[in-house]
Amino acid sequence: MERKIRALIAKPGLDGHDRGAKIICQALRDAGMEVIYTGLRQTPAQIVAAAIQEDVDVVGLSSLSGAHNHLFPPVRQLLNEQGAEDILVFGGGVIPAEDIEGLKEAGIAPIFTPGTSTQDVVDFLFDYFKDKE
Amino acid sequence: MFNVDEILKIKAQKAEWEKKTAAALAKRPERKTGFVTSSDLEFDRCYTPDNIENFNYIDQLGMPGEYPYTRGVQATMYRGRHWTMRQYAGFGSASETNQRFKYLLENGVSGLSCAFDLPTQIGYDSDDMMAKGEVGKVGVAIDSLADMEVLFDGIPLDKVSTSMTINAPAAVLLAMYVALAEKQGVPPTAINGTIQNDILKEYSARGTYIFPPKESMRLITNIFEYCAKEVPNWNTISISGYHIREAGASAVQEIAFTLADGIAYVEAALNAGLKIDEFAPRLSFFFNAHLNFFEEIAKYRAARRIWAKLMKERFGATKEKSMMLRFHTQTAGCTLTAQQPDVNVVRVAFQAMSAVLGGTQSLHTNSKDEALALPTEASALLALRTQQVIGFETGAADTVDPLGGSYFIEALTDEIEAKVMKYIEHIDKLGGAVRAVEIGYIQKEIQESAYKYQKAIESGEQIVIGVNKFTMPEEVPTGLLKVDSTVEEHQVAALTKLKESRDKAKIREVLSELEAAAKTDANLMPFILNAVKEYATIGEICNILRGVFGEYTAPVMF
Repeated sequence: MERKIRALIAKPGLDGHDRGAKIICQALRDAGMEVIYTGLRQTPAQIVAAAIQEDVDVVGLSSLSGAHNHLFPPVRQLLNEQGAEDILVFGGGVIPAEDIEGLKEAGIAPIFTPGTSTQDVVDFLFDYFKDKE
Repeated sequence: MFNVDEILKIKAQKAEWEKKTAAALAKRPERKTGFVTSSDLEFDRCYTPDNIENFNYIDQLGMPGEYPYTRGVQATMYRGRHWTMRQYAGFGSASETNQRFKYLLENGVSGLSCAFDLPTQIGYDSDDMMAKGEVGKVGVAIDSLADMEVLFDGIPLDKVSTSMTINAPAAVLLAMYVALAEKQGVPPTAINGTIQNDILKEYSARGTYIFPPKESMRLITNIFEYCAKEVPNWNTISISGYHIREAGASAVQEIAFTLADGIAYVEAALNAGLKIDEFAPRLSFFFNAHLNFFEEIAKYRAARRIWAKLMKERFGATKEKSMMLRFHTQTAGCTLTAQQPDVNVVRVAFQAMSAVLGGTQSLHTNSKDEALALPTEASALLALRTQQVIGFETGAADTVDPLGGSYFIEALTDEIEAKVMKYIEHIDKLGGAVRAVEIGYIQKEIQESAYKYQKAIESGEQIVIGVNKFTMPEEVPTGLLKVDSTVEEHQVAALTKLKESRDKAKIREVLSELEAAAKTDANLMPFILNAVKEYATIGEICNILRGVFGEYTAPVMF
């Protein structure tokens, strides 16, 4: 049987806005993926530990507080340090256009901004992992 | 109100009209098969007296400023004085925010509203590990009374009212404000303002909790008690539906969960031995102005009527002020789009108008760029001007409750009241709002509505201009506000200096007195006030309380 895509949706930092993160969780689950949500106030190290322990394929990071440049890149870096380069990391939230390139360079891509349809996120993930097989 | 014969005649005429109209629908169908709001209220084609056939003016509306306050809490409403135009602001350092406050005051705001950064809201100093990357981002960074002195420099606290969006550490910020007033020579009896101080919606919707529910409720009732004696003009809590709505709730859920939270605070205070008419007059509320114009207007009116009845009938309040639901409104941030952001100005204007027609006591209008960043000075000014147009140019403020008596508005008000009461009864059965949050009931309800709304947008059933209809190629937005990236560094440096300059023995003494008091059932306000006067930091005070109270762990679910 084909393995389902396993996703960890995480809220790094102190931001409490998790409407979007939870909607993404529900949409991915409804699309047939296995989804784990970290809840609020996670440090990058906690997120990475959860990702490795849960053996996920992808980590989705959400922040609306403007702290994304401090909080997203360490997740990628710590995953790589622990030999989990193959785990995809993407992001979402209130992220100014000018920050998206920098996050991409740090290995966080794509970045889904306000107004994104959940279907776009689902389609992206299915496409991404189809190519991987 | 209507006599039986008249209603029968109207019913007959309406039935005839519905028949005729239905026959024509085959040729000219309506835009939708049903017109339904987020609260599952289905609008009729046309409202007539038979929609409110049992309407009783005196019981259901009464006069403005009189029970059950459906028409408003003051007799003259905005004919006497406009609502307080209160723009929420705060970012970066205390001095930057001080400049924004002064800019807003120069341009006609009638009250301040302070946004704090997340470390402040969660009781961490700027040099805490947990604060990294968040200092000064979504609000101003406040570590100690020294920052408050800069924040309000040149702003006399006896001349301005200040609302502070602070919850878990509300006691600390209130203490700092009282201490600052004292330094300005203003006695606590002469200051006006509000602390949000509403922990229950932090658990259910907003996320800046620190302590477990029981201990948080204790801090809140300590504040009620302290202010009743010492700071009589202070609004001790702003029981907030705003964030519940932002998290995805419907209009009915917003009111239901907020009033259920209100009931929980009242019960906690009564259990702590306070008398209802001592603290209830200082309770205030905070609602969201969302897009469905008439549903929103009816929502505010229903909320006032329900609260008045609850206070009188359930809690036996006798003072009029105890029964009055006074509220602040903010337009709905979640309805702002990153696409075609200028369109947000129009959304905000209609939302603001609904709050005015619903009888709000104060109002914040969002800025058009808030789906992208914190507002610039120019966009904040335009948002303020929007309120001024409503207040000074449209005439909407010139009679009380202009829509009172509309068949439509009265029918909606009744329907919302009935639906809200169903929820409140259910929450009562669960054991009250605290319990309902602990078991995740409220979170689950909110989340289901949020998902439903998102699905409706994606199916095109809910139209969002610029997102799923009338889309255009978007230009990369320019000129957005960027918080100075050196804020954290400067804030940490200033904090380090402050910590070195203080009398360390004195700090240890006030903190250990606070710790000892926290272990008893003493009112903690005087101890917190002593600590802030010695420039103990918010992190130091909250860490003492964390040690005694423990921290809340949220149930994770989706």
